[in-house]
Amino acid sequence: MDEGRPLFVQIAEEIEGSVLDGSLQEEERAPSTNELAAFHRINPATAAKGINLLVDRGILVKRRGLGMFVAAGAAERLREERRQQFADHYLTPMLAEARHIGLSVENIIQLLRERAQQSGIHE
Amino acid sequence: MSGNTAGQAIEVRSVTRRYKNTTALDDVTVSFGKDAIHGLLGRNGAGKTTLMSIITAQLWPSEGQVEVFGQTPHENEQVLPKICFVREDQRYPEDALAKHAFKAAADAYENWDWDFANRLIADFKVPQKTKIKKMSRGQKSAVAVIIGLASRAEVTFFDEPYMGLDAVARQLFYDRLLEDYAAHPRTFVLSSHLIDEIAHLIENVVLIDGGRILLDEPVEDLRDRAVTIVGRADAIAEFTTGREILHEETMGRIARTTVLGALTEAEQQRVRELDLDLQPVSLQQLIVRLTTRANAENTAEVQS
Repeated sequence: MDEGRPLFVQIAEEIEGSVLDGSLQEEERAPSTNELAAFHRINPATAAKGINLLVDRGILVKRRGLGMFVAAGAAERLREERRQQFADHYLTPMLAEARHIGLSVENIIQLLRERAQQSGIHE
Repeated sequence: MSGNTAGQAIEVRSVTRRYKNTTALDDVTVSFGKDAIHGLLGRNGAGKTTLMSIITAQLWPSEGQVEVFGQTPHENEQVLPKICFVREDQRYPEDALAKHAFKAAADAYENWDWDFANRLIADFKVPQKTKIKKMSRGQKSAVAVIIGLASRAEVTFFDEPYMGLDAVARQLFYDRLLEDYAAHPRTFVLSSHLIDEIAHLIENVVLIDGGRILLDEPVEDLRDRAVTIVGRADAIAEFTTGREILHEETMGRIARTTVLGALTEAEQQRVRELDLDLQPVSLQQLIVRLTTRANAENTAEVQS
Protein backbone atom coordinates (compact mmCIF):
# COMPACT_ATOMS: atom_id res chain seq x y z
CA MET A 1 0.00 0.00 0.00
CA ASP A 2 1.37 3.43 -0.79
CA GLU A 3 1.64 6.18 1.79
CA GLY A 4 -0.08 8.80 -0.34
CA ARG A 5 -3.65 8.51 0.89
CA PRO A 6 -5.10 7.22 4.14
CA LEU A 7 -5.05 3.46 4.29
CA PHE A 8 -8.80 3.14 4.82
CA VAL A 9 -9.42 5.18 1.67
CA GLN A 10 -7.16 2.83 -0.27
CA ILE A 11 -9.09 -0.16 1.08
CA ALA A 12 -12.35 1.42 -0.11
CA GLU A 13 -10.86 2.22 -3.52
CA GLU A 14 -9.66 -1.32 -3.95
CA ILE A 15 -13.16 -2.70 -3.35
CA GLU A 16 -14.56 -0.06 -5.73
CA GLY A 17 -12.09 -1.24 -8.33
CA SER A 18 -13.27 -4.84 -7.94
CA VAL A 19 -16.90 -3.77 -8.31
CA LEU A 20 -16.08 -1.70 -11.41
CA ASP A 21 -14.11 -4.45 -13.15
CA GLY A 22 -16.68 -7.08 -12.24
CA SER A 23 -14.42 -9.26 -10.11
CA LEU A 24 -16.88 -8.47 -7.34
CA GLN A 25 -20.43 -8.81 -8.66
CA GLU A 26 -23.52 -7.02 -7.42
CA GLU A 27 -25.34 -8.94 -4.68
CA GLU A 28 -22.13 -10.89 -4.03
CA ARG A 29 -20.58 -11.04 -0.55
CA ALA A 30 -17.75 -8.52 -0.11
CA PRO A 31 -14.58 -9.34 1.86
CA SER A 32 -15.08 -9.03 5.63
CA THR A 33 -13.18 -6.68 7.89
CA ASN A 34 -11.08 -9.54 9.19
CA GLU A 35 -10.35 -10.90 5.72
CA LEU A 36 -9.21 -7.46 4.57
CA ALA A 37 -7.14 -6.97 7.73
CA ALA A 38 -5.39 -10.32 7.35
CA PHE A 39 -4.81 -9.92 3.60
CA HIS A 40 -3.36 -6.41 3.86
CA ARG A 41 -1.81 -6.95 7.28
CA ILE A 42 -3.54 -3.95 8.77
CA ASN A 43 -5.50 -3.23 11.91
CA PRO A 44 -9.12 -4.46 11.57
CA ALA A 45 -10.35 -1.01 12.69
CA THR A 46 -8.72 0.50 9.60
CA ALA A 47 -10.35 -2.09 7.34
CA ALA A 48 -13.72 -1.44 9.01
CA LYS A 49 -13.35 2.27 8.36
CA GLY A 50 -12.78 1.59 4.65
CA ILE A 51 -15.85 -0.64 4.49
CA ASN A 52 -17.97 1.95 6.30
CA LEU A 53 -16.99 4.52 3.71
CA LEU A 54 -18.64 2.30 1.07
CA VAL A 55 -21.67 1.56 3.23
CA ASP A 56 -22.23 5.31 3.70
CA ARG A 57 -22.21 5.75 -0.08
CA GLY A 58 -24.57 2.86 -0.68
CA ILE A 59 -21.98 0.73 -2.51
CA LEU A 60 -22.03 -1.99 0.14
CA VAL A 61 -24.99 -3.05 2.24
CA LYS A 62 -24.93 -4.92 5.51
CA ARG A 63 -27.05 -8.05 5.79
CA ARG A 64 -27.54 -8.95 9.39
CA GLY A 65 -25.67 -12.09 10.34
CA LEU A 66 -24.40 -12.64 6.80
CA GLY A 67 -21.89 -9.84 6.29
CA MET A 68 -21.35 -7.14 3.71
CA PHE A 69 -22.76 -7.41 0.19
CA VAL A 70 -22.34 -5.37 -2.96
CA ALA A 71 -25.48 -3.28 -3.42
CA ALA A 72 -27.66 -3.63 -6.50
CA GLY A 73 -26.76 -0.86 -8.94
CA ALA A 74 -23.39 -0.29 -7.21
CA ALA A 75 -21.30 -0.55 -10.38
CA GLU A 76 -23.37 2.04 -12.25
CA ARG A 77 -23.34 4.35 -9.23
CA LEU A 78 -19.54 4.12 -9.07
CA ARG A 79 -19.21 4.79 -12.78
CA GLU A 80 -21.40 7.88 -12.41
CA GLU A 81 -19.27 9.10 -9.46
CA ARG A 82 -16.11 8.60 -11.45
CA ARG A 83 -17.50 10.42 -14.49
CA GLN A 84 -18.18 13.41 -12.28
CA GLN A 85 -14.64 13.32 -10.91
CA PHE A 86 -13.00 12.73 -14.28
CA ALA A 87 -12.23 16.39 -15.03
CA ASP A 88 -10.74 17.04 -11.58
CA HIS A 89 -8.68 13.87 -11.44
CA TYR A 90 -7.38 13.70 -15.00
CA LEU A 91 -7.93 16.91 -16.94
CA THR A 92 -6.74 19.44 -14.36
CA PRO A 93 -3.33 17.77 -13.82
CA MET A 94 -3.00 17.21 -17.57
CA LEU A 95 -3.58 20.91 -18.27
CA ALA A 96 -1.07 21.87 -15.57
CA GLU A 97 1.58 19.69 -17.23
CA ALA A 98 0.64 21.00 -20.68
CA ARG A 99 1.15 24.58 -19.55
CA HIS A 100 4.55 23.62 -18.13
CA ILE A 101 5.83 22.22 -21.38
CA GLY A 102 4.08 24.60 -23.74
CA LEU A 103 1.41 22.38 -25.28
CA SER A 104 -1.63 24.20 -26.63
CA VAL A 105 -5.18 22.95 -26.25
CA GLU A 106 -5.10 22.19 -29.98
CA ASN A 107 -1.98 20.04 -29.47
CA ILE A 108 -3.69 18.17 -26.66
CA ILE A 109 -6.81 17.49 -28.69
CA GLN A 110 -4.64 16.22 -31.57
CA LEU A 111 -2.77 13.88 -29.22
CA LEU A 112 -6.01 12.75 -27.64
CA ARG A 113 -7.49 11.81 -31.04
CA GLU A 114 -4.38 9.81 -31.97
CA ARG A 115 -4.33 7.92 -28.69
CA ALA A 116 -8.07 7.29 -28.74
CA GLN A 117 -7.72 5.74 -32.18
CA GLN A 118 -4.84 3.53 -31.02
CA SER A 119 -6.76 2.29 -28.01
CA GLY A 120 -9.96 1.74 -29.98
CA ILE A 121 -12.15 4.44 -28.42
CA HIS A 122 -14.12 6.03 -31.25
CA GLU A 123 -15.75 9.42 -31.37
CA MET B 1 -9.98 8.36 21.85
CA SER B 2 -9.45 4.86 20.68
CA GLY B 3 -11.77 4.40 17.73
CA ASN B 4 -14.19 2.21 19.65
CA THR B 5 -16.74 2.67 22.32
CA ALA B 6 -15.55 -0.13 24.58
CA GLY B 7 -14.05 2.28 27.12
CA GLN B 8 -10.66 2.24 28.76
CA ALA B 9 -8.67 -0.83 29.73
CA ILE B 10 -5.88 1.10 31.43
CA GLU B 11 -5.86 4.48 33.12
CA VAL B 12 -2.62 6.08 34.27
CA ARG B 13 -3.04 9.26 36.32
CA SER B 14 -0.25 11.66 37.25
CA VAL B 15 2.30 8.88 37.59
CA THR B 16 5.84 9.83 38.47
CA ARG B 17 8.61 7.31 38.96
CA ARG B 18 11.99 8.30 40.31
CA TYR B 19 15.10 6.19 40.48
CA LYS B 20 18.04 7.41 42.58
CA ASN B 21 19.00 10.47 40.56
CA THR B 22 16.70 10.29 37.59
CA THR B 23 13.02 10.75 36.93
CA ALA B 24 11.97 7.96 34.57
CA LEU B 25 8.34 9.07 34.39
CA ASP B 26 7.32 12.66 35.01
CA ASP B 27 3.64 13.21 35.85
CA VAL B 28 2.34 10.86 33.16
CA THR B 29 -1.40 10.77 32.48
CA VAL B 30 -2.51 8.47 29.67
CA SER B 31 -5.16 5.86 28.97
CA PHE B 32 -5.34 2.82 26.71
CA GLY B 33 -8.69 1.95 25.13
CA LYS B 34 -10.13 -1.54 25.54
CA ASP B 35 -9.87 -4.07 22.70
CA ALA B 36 -7.46 -2.04 20.60
CA ILE B 37 -3.84 -2.49 19.55
CA HIS B 38 -1.74 0.38 20.87
CA GLY B 39 1.79 1.34 19.94
CA LEU B 40 3.98 2.64 22.77
CA LEU B 41 6.80 4.42 21.00
CA GLY B 42 9.86 6.31 22.11
CA ARG B 43 13.62 6.25 22.15
CA ASN B 44 15.65 3.98 24.36
CA GLY B 45 15.47 5.30 27.92
CA ALA B 46 12.31 7.32 27.20
CA GLY B 47 10.38 5.50 29.94
CA LYS B 48 8.49 2.84 27.94
CA THR B 49 9.58 -0.14 30.04
CA THR B 50 9.11 1.75 33.31
CA LEU B 51 5.55 2.69 32.31
CA MET B 52 4.72 -0.90 31.34
CA SER B 53 6.32 -2.24 34.50
CA ILE B 54 4.17 0.04 36.64
CA ILE B 55 0.94 -0.81 34.80
CA THR B 56 1.71 -4.53 35.16
CA ALA B 57 2.45 -4.09 38.88
CA GLN B 58 6.10 -5.08 38.61
CA LEU B 59 7.09 -1.64 39.88
CA TRP B 60 5.41 0.82 42.23
CA PRO B 61 4.94 4.41 41.11
CA SER B 62 6.63 7.06 43.26
CA GLU B 63 3.45 9.13 42.88
CA GLY B 64 0.14 8.78 41.07
CA GLN B 65 -2.36 5.99 40.35
CA VAL B 66 -2.79 3.22 37.85
CA GLU B 67 -5.99 1.33 37.14
CA VAL B 68 -6.50 -1.72 34.95
CA PHE B 69 -10.19 -2.45 34.35
CA GLY B 70 -10.99 0.02 37.11
CA GLN B 71 -8.79 -1.60 39.77
CA THR B 72 -5.29 -1.00 41.07
CA PRO B 73 -3.21 -3.90 39.73
CA HIS B 74 -0.62 -3.91 42.51
CA GLU B 75 -1.04 -6.93 44.82
CA ASN B 76 -4.46 -7.50 43.23
CA GLU B 77 -5.21 -11.17 42.58
CA GLN B 78 -8.33 -10.29 40.61
CA VAL B 79 -6.59 -8.17 38.01
CA LEU B 80 -3.10 -9.63 37.71
CA PRO B 81 -4.17 -12.89 35.97
CA LYS B 82 -5.69 -10.74 33.24
CA ILE B 83 -2.36 -9.03 32.49
CA CYS B 84 0.48 -10.56 30.49
CA PHE B 85 3.79 -8.70 30.21
CA VAL B 86 6.31 -10.10 27.77
CA ARG B 87 9.70 -8.47 27.83
CA GLU B 88 12.90 -8.88 26.01
CA ASP B 89 15.00 -9.64 29.09
CA GLN B 90 12.54 -12.22 30.47
CA ARG B 91 14.28 -14.48 33.02
CA TYR B 92 13.70 -18.22 33.30
CA PRO B 93 14.83 -20.80 35.88
CA GLU B 94 18.30 -22.27 35.27
CA ASP B 95 17.28 -25.62 33.73
CA ALA B 96 13.94 -24.60 32.20
CA LEU B 97 12.97 -25.96 28.82
CA ALA B 98 10.47 -24.16 26.58
CA LYS B 99 7.71 -26.57 27.65
CA HIS B 100 8.26 -25.63 31.30
CA ALA B 101 7.82 -21.96 30.49
CA PHE B 102 4.64 -22.74 28.52
CA LYS B 103 3.28 -24.91 31.35
CA ALA B 104 3.88 -22.11 33.85
CA ALA B 105 2.10 -19.67 31.55
CA ALA B 106 -0.80 -22.13 31.05
CA ASP B 107 -1.20 -22.28 34.85
CA ALA B 108 -1.02 -18.52 35.24
CA TYR B 109 -3.45 -17.46 32.52
CA GLU B 110 -7.02 -18.72 32.56
CA ASN B 111 -7.55 -18.14 28.83
CA TRP B 112 -4.38 -19.99 27.78
CA ASP B 113 -4.97 -21.93 24.54
CA TRP B 114 -2.76 -25.02 24.10
CA ASP B 115 -3.87 -25.63 20.50
CA PHE B 116 -2.84 -22.12 19.56
CA ALA B 117 0.41 -22.45 21.54
CA ASN B 118 1.33 -25.70 19.79
CA ARG B 119 0.64 -24.19 16.41
CA LEU B 120 2.90 -21.26 17.26
CA ILE B 121 5.61 -23.60 18.61
CA ALA B 122 5.60 -25.33 15.21
CA ASP B 123 5.43 -22.03 13.29
CA PHE B 124 8.39 -20.54 15.13
CA LYS B 125 10.25 -23.90 15.24
CA VAL B 126 10.98 -23.66 18.96
CA PRO B 127 13.50 -26.37 19.94
CA GLN B 128 12.03 -28.84 22.45
CA LYS B 129 15.19 -30.12 24.07
CA THR B 130 17.28 -26.99 24.43
CA LYS B 131 17.36 -25.17 27.78
CA ILE B 132 16.00 -21.66 27.35
CA LYS B 133 19.24 -20.31 28.79
CA LYS B 134 21.16 -21.93 25.92
CA MET B 135 18.81 -20.77 23.20
CA SER B 136 19.71 -18.16 20.58
CA ARG B 137 18.26 -14.69 21.00
CA GLY B 138 15.72 -15.39 18.27
CA GLN B 139 14.57 -18.64 19.90
CA LYS B 140 14.21 -16.93 23.29
CA SER B 141 12.19 -14.18 21.65
CA ALA B 142 9.96 -16.81 20.04
CA VAL B 143 9.25 -18.40 23.44
CA ALA B 144 8.31 -15.00 24.86
CA VAL B 145 6.09 -14.11 21.89
CA ILE B 146 4.26 -17.45 22.09
CA ILE B 147 3.53 -16.88 25.77
CA GLY B 148 2.23 -13.39 24.98
CA LEU B 149 -0.11 -14.63 22.25
CA ALA B 150 -1.32 -17.98 23.61
CA SER B 151 -2.05 -16.54 27.07
CA ARG B 152 -4.96 -14.60 25.47
CA ALA B 153 -4.71 -12.28 28.46
CA GLU B 154 -7.19 -9.42 28.40
CA VAL B 155 -4.29 -6.97 28.43
CA THR B 156 -1.03 -8.02 26.82
CA PHE B 157 2.16 -5.99 26.74
CA PHE B 158 4.96 -6.77 24.33
CA ASP B 159 8.10 -4.88 25.32
CA GLU B 160 10.12 -5.39 22.14
CA PRO B 161 10.49 -9.14 22.62
CA TYR B 162 10.34 -9.50 18.85
CA MET B 163 13.56 -7.51 18.52
CA GLY B 164 15.44 -10.78 18.62
CA LEU B 165 13.35 -12.21 15.78
CA ASP B 166 14.58 -12.00 12.20
CA ALA B 167 12.44 -10.32 9.52
CA VAL B 168 10.65 -13.55 8.55
CA ALA B 169 9.79 -14.45 12.15
CA ARG B 170 8.69 -10.88 12.90
CA GLN B 171 6.26 -11.01 9.97
CA LEU B 172 4.95 -14.30 11.31
CA PHE B 173 4.44 -12.65 14.69
CA TYR B 174 2.56 -9.68 13.18
CA ASP B 175 0.36 -12.02 11.11
CA ARG B 176 -0.52 -14.27 14.06
CA LEU B 177 -1.14 -11.24 16.26
CA LEU B 178 -3.62 -9.73 13.78
CA GLU B 179 -5.38 -13.05 13.13
CA ASP B 180 -5.78 -13.81 16.80
CA TYR B 181 -6.80 -10.24 17.64
CA ALA B 182 -9.52 -10.44 14.98
CA ALA B 183 -10.81 -13.73 16.39
CA HIS B 184 -10.38 -12.76 20.07
CA PRO B 185 -10.41 -8.97 20.43
CA ARG B 186 -8.43 -7.79 23.44
CA THR B 187 -6.06 -5.03 24.46
CA PHE B 188 -2.48 -5.07 23.20
CA VAL B 189 0.31 -2.61 23.87
CA LEU B 190 3.35 -3.02 21.63
CA SER B 191 6.49 -1.10 22.34
CA SER B 192 8.86 -0.87 19.44
CA HIS B 193 11.27 1.37 17.72
CA LEU B 194 10.63 -0.38 14.40
CA ILE B 195 7.88 2.16 13.89
CA ASP B 196 7.11 1.70 10.20
CA GLU B 197 6.85 -2.06 10.71
CA ILE B 198 4.01 -1.72 13.19
CA ALA B 199 2.40 1.45 11.81
CA HIS B 200 -0.40 -0.45 10.05
CA LEU B 201 -1.02 -2.83 12.94
CA ILE B 202 -1.74 -0.27 15.60
CA GLU B 203 -4.83 1.80 16.09
CA ASN B 204 -3.40 4.33 18.54
CA VAL B 205 0.00 5.79 19.19
CA VAL B 206 1.40 6.88 22.53
CA LEU B 207 4.75 8.60 22.15
CA ILE B 208 6.86 9.00 25.25
CA ASP B 209 10.05 11.00 25.54
CA GLY B 210 12.10 11.95 28.56
CA GLY B 211 9.44 10.43 30.81
CA ARG B 212 6.65 12.58 29.38
CA ILE B 213 3.84 11.84 26.95
CA LEU B 214 4.43 13.75 23.71
CA LEU B 215 1.56 12.31 21.73
CA ASP B 216 -1.53 10.17 22.32
CA GLU B 217 -3.65 9.86 19.18
CA PRO B 218 -5.30 7.50 16.69
CA VAL B 219 -2.83 6.66 13.92
CA GLU B 220 -5.24 7.89 11.24
CA ASP B 221 -5.38 11.35 12.82
CA LEU B 222 -1.60 11.59 12.79
CA ARG B 223 -1.62 11.77 9.02
CA ASP B 224 -2.84 15.33 9.33
CA ARG B 225 -0.28 16.29 11.92
CA ALA B 226 2.40 17.28 9.44
CA VAL B 227 3.06 17.47 5.74
CA THR B 228 6.22 17.72 3.65
CA ILE B 229 6.42 20.25 0.84
CA VAL B 230 8.95 19.85 -1.93
CA GLY B 231 9.85 22.35 -4.66
CA ARG B 232 11.53 25.67 -5.31
CA ALA B 233 13.08 27.01 -2.12
CA ASP B 234 11.83 30.59 -2.58
CA ALA B 235 8.24 29.43 -3.15
CA ILE B 236 8.41 27.15 -0.11
CA ALA B 237 9.84 29.94 2.03
CA GLU B 238 6.94 32.17 0.99
CA PHE B 239 4.40 29.46 1.70
CA THR B 240 5.76 28.37 5.07
CA THR B 241 6.12 31.87 6.57
CA GLY B 242 4.40 31.86 9.93
CA ARG B 243 4.06 28.07 10.10
CA GLU B 244 5.92 25.84 12.50
CA ILE B 245 8.68 24.09 10.61
CA LEU B 246 9.66 20.66 11.87
CA HIS B 247 12.42 19.97 9.42
CA GLU B 248 14.14 21.62 6.50
CA GLU B 249 16.58 20.41 3.86
CA THR B 250 17.81 22.15 0.74
CA MET B 251 19.72 21.13 -2.35
CA GLY B 252 20.61 24.09 -4.55
CA ARG B 253 17.34 25.93 -5.18
CA ILE B 254 15.21 22.95 -4.17
CA ALA B 255 13.91 22.59 -0.65
CA ARG B 256 12.10 19.90 1.30
CA THR B 257 10.30 21.31 4.31
CA THR B 258 8.09 19.54 6.82
CA VAL B 259 5.54 21.76 8.54
CA LEU B 260 3.26 21.03 11.47
CA GLY B 261 -0.49 21.01 11.01
CA ALA B 262 -2.89 20.13 8.21
CA LEU B 263 -3.27 22.37 5.17
CA THR B 264 -6.58 24.09 4.54
CA GLU B 265 -8.28 23.78 1.16
CA ALA B 266 -7.07 27.29 0.29
CA GLU B 267 -3.51 26.38 1.26
CA GLN B 268 -3.61 23.26 -0.88
CA GLN B 269 -4.80 25.43 -3.76
CA ARG B 270 -1.88 27.80 -3.13
CA VAL B 271 0.54 24.86 -3.14
CA ARG B 272 -0.70 23.89 -6.60
CA GLU B 273 -0.42 27.47 -7.86
CA LEU B 274 3.15 27.66 -6.62
CA ASP B 275 3.79 24.33 -8.36
CA LEU B 276 4.97 22.64 -5.16
CA ASP B 277 4.60 18.95 -4.35
CA LEU B 278 3.02 17.63 -1.18
CA GLN B 279 4.31 14.43 0.36
CA PRO B 280 2.82 12.56 3.28
CA VAL B 281 4.94 12.20 6.40
CA SER B 282 5.37 8.58 7.49
CA LEU B 283 4.67 7.70 11.10
CA GLN B 284 8.38 7.02 11.60
CA GLN B 285 9.36 10.43 10.22
CA LEU B 286 6.71 12.20 12.29
CA ILE B 287 7.84 10.49 15.48
CA VAL B 288 11.48 11.37 14.78
CA ARG B 289 10.62 15.00 14.04
CA LEU B 290 8.39 15.44 17.10
CA THR B 291 10.95 13.81 19.38
CA THR B 292 13.74 15.97 17.97
CA ARG B 293 11.65 19.08 18.46
CA ALA B 294 10.84 18.17 22.07
CA ASN B 295 14.52 17.61 22.80
CA ALA B 296 15.42 20.97 21.26
CA GLU B 297 12.79 22.70 23.42
CA ASN B 298 14.07 21.00 26.55
CA THR B 299 17.61 22.09 25.77
CA ALA B 300 16.38 25.65 25.26
CA GLU B 301 14.57 25.53 28.63
CA VAL B 302 17.72 24.43 30.40
CA GLN B 303 19.77 27.15 28.78
CA SER B 304 17.41 30.05 29.44
